Amino acid sequence: MSENNVRLFQGNEACSFGALAAGVNFFGGYPITPSTEIAEILARELPKRGGHFIQMEDEIGSIAAVIGASVAGAKAMTATSGPGFSLMQENLGYAFMIEAPCVVVNVQRGGPSTGLPTKVAQADTMQAKWGSHGDYNPIVLTASSVEDAYYKTIRAVNLSEKYRNPVILLLDEVLGHMREKIHIPEEDEIKIVNRLKPTVPPEWYQPFEITPTHISPMAGYGEGYRFHMTGLTHDPWGFPTAKSSEIKEKMDKLMLKISQNVDDISTYKEEFIEDSHIIVIAYGITARVAQQAVRIARHKRFKVGLFQPETLWPFPDKGLKKALENANLAIVAELNQGQMIREVQRLAPKKTKIVGAFRYDGELITPDEIVNKIKEAN
Amino acid sequence: MAVASTVVYEYLRGKKKFPHVWCPGCGIGIIMGALLRAMADLEIKKGDVAMISGIGCTGRMPVYCDFHTLHTTHGRAIAFATGIKLSKPDLKVVAIVGDGDGLAIGGNHFIHAARRNIDITTILVNNKIYGMTGGQYSPTTPTGKFATTAPYGNLEHPFDAYLLAKGAGANFFARSSVYHATQLQVLIKKALLKKGFSVVEAMSNCHTLYGRLNKEGSAVQMINWFKDHAVNVNIAKKKTPEELEDKFITGVLWEDNRPEYSEQYEALIDRLGGRKKEEKPEAEVVKQ
Ligand SMILES: Cc1ncc(C[n+]2csc(CCOP(=O)(O)OP(=O)(O)O)c2C)c(N)n1
Ligand code: SF4
Repeated sequence: MSENNVRLFQGNEACSFGALAAGVNFFGGYPITPSTEIAEILARELPKRGGHFIQMEDEIGSIAAVIGASVAGAKAMTATSGPGFSLMQENLGYAFMIEAPCVVVNVQRGGPSTGLPTKVAQADTMQAKWGSHGDYNPIVLTASSVEDAYYKTIRAVNLSEKYRNPVILLLDEVLGHMREKIHIPEEDEIKIVNRLKPTVPPEWYQPFEITPTHISPMAGYGEGYRFHMTGLTHDPWGFPTAKSSEIKEKMDKLMLKISQNVDDISTYKEEFIEDSHIIVIAYGITARVAQQAVRIARHKRFKVGLFQPETLWPFPDKGLKKALENANLAIVAELNQGQMIREVQRLAPKKTKIVGAFRYDGELITPDEIVNKIKEAN
Repeated sequence: MAVASTVVYEYLRGKKKFPHVWCPGCGIGIIMGALLRAMADLEIKKGDVAMISGIGCTGRMPVYCDFHTLHTTHGRAIAFATGIKLSKPDLKVVAIVGDGDGLAIGGNHFIHAARRNIDITTILVNNKIYGMTGGQYSPTTPTGKFATTAPYGNLEHPFDAYLLAKGAGANFFARSSVYHATQLQVLIKKALLKKGFSVVEAMSNCHTLYGRLNKEGSAVQMINWFKDHAVNVNIAKKKTPEELEDKFITGVLWEDNRPEYSEQYEALIDRLGGRKKEEKPEAEVVKQ
């Protein structure tokens, strides 16, 4: 790694260059604070690399263009924030249904509605999981530093390609705009995953073939395979079906391709878990604060550890269960009125007292606020 | 011109998908036939075509056609098509939209695709009603006509897709009807050959809903209405507005030669030196 590769980047910049490093060659978007820099950077960089950028007429069109490009064969991405993310939900559901790899970056700001365009929040935690109608299984990643935003964007693209599934990357206003030093790796240091392509003769090709992994090879347009895709529930050929056996098969496929691979997809970080009976749980930018809080509290002789989900969905159930085995107190720090805390309530042993450290006034929670929660509740 | 029937079979997913979902006598099948014959006349290869539709009776068309076909969400076909055309500019991209699909919920995408003048041929099936959902009024339902959501007659004013497309910057607009199947085929051919955003509005009969609610009779009667009320654009020029009162104008209504978007974008890539010299070696492919 040469010193030339050190940059002072904004989170949004890191995300943009991570996308390029991962091979993203199509971006469709619509400006919205605090995500706009991603569109601006990719508008500048993509054509230089033979890729395509388009500013669509709204976010409904943005995600539509992204899915269209993906089906045609591109690695496609969009970036937005709350109001835009809400507009994307119907077509995002379509992407899950037709199993189109794509990445949606949501640089979270305060809501509901127009909310706080320039202030931080983590209130789309549940929307990222449940935002569109119907049963589907999203992959949702988070990042907690500028460098992390770079690598998590690469991971988001790779996972979307590997599992033929949309991946949502939840960033936030502070991370998107703050500047930190980052090392840009050499091209050959980055692992790139490409979607599985069909090898069968075109007459045999089923775009939603039932396979042991539940992942079906995906042909691009103009590659010798002609096929149909629809948002209607469909059979392995992509044609609409009303047969209950085929409906169930499709619905199971959508769930299982993700749920059978939770160990590959769902990652988390821990600090000081072994000797702790107090566990602070936080993701994204709040995990940075929580890390500091844990250090302060340990200095004050509290036996505190940190559990940081890096993948929000599927939630790292196993990891959190294990981390809470000996915990009598769990503090859930998040920038909303209590969303991730529901997962902790679902997974914690009965003996664990669960306390929320919530902040939803557009500001970051401070380490002291978390430390005070520890003191109060302990 | 190739022999019609065999040509159509060549382009259909014959064995797999028939019988189709449309009501007996529905005009959508005639429009599909005209489109496929136009493709055949131009000897367009099936693998070079991407056909994208929204939701509605009209939106079901791609499932029967042996191209790259994408049946998307209500109103969004043109936005999906935009992503496809931009990322794979060599494809012939055709969007199939209904009047509700393309002009109400999808009106914004229609306008902006026309403004960008991106090379998409849009077939607008105008049956003046929402077919699939059971006969509600649409942006093209004439004032005073009945629909299930206009039980006292439509109070709203319809708009003219021609003026919309022209005003927004499309390169081509033509209109015909399911009575004029051959003209439709010729116009679609012109649209397919035209670079830029091109629209062919095909007036179609929804006798099941529009016809019944407005006492306009059977499929045959409605199709005859198209015969009796169509005025070719060249003849229309010589008529007064009064004479054209309950008529519709057919033929090529608008043609322009503004630069096309995806071509401009490819030129930009070249200008920036972004064209890949050679394809990179295959990256590691995930094992199944
Ligand atoms: C977001 C959304 N809203 C509403 C619907 C219900 N819907 C399905 S088709 C349709 C209208 C169809 O009318 P048109 O586009 O004119 O096509 P036609 O059926 O007449 O061919 C509506 C409102 C939907 N599928 N999605
Ligand atoms: S409801 Fe109307 S538009 Fe739909 S298939 Fe029947 S006749 Fe055609």
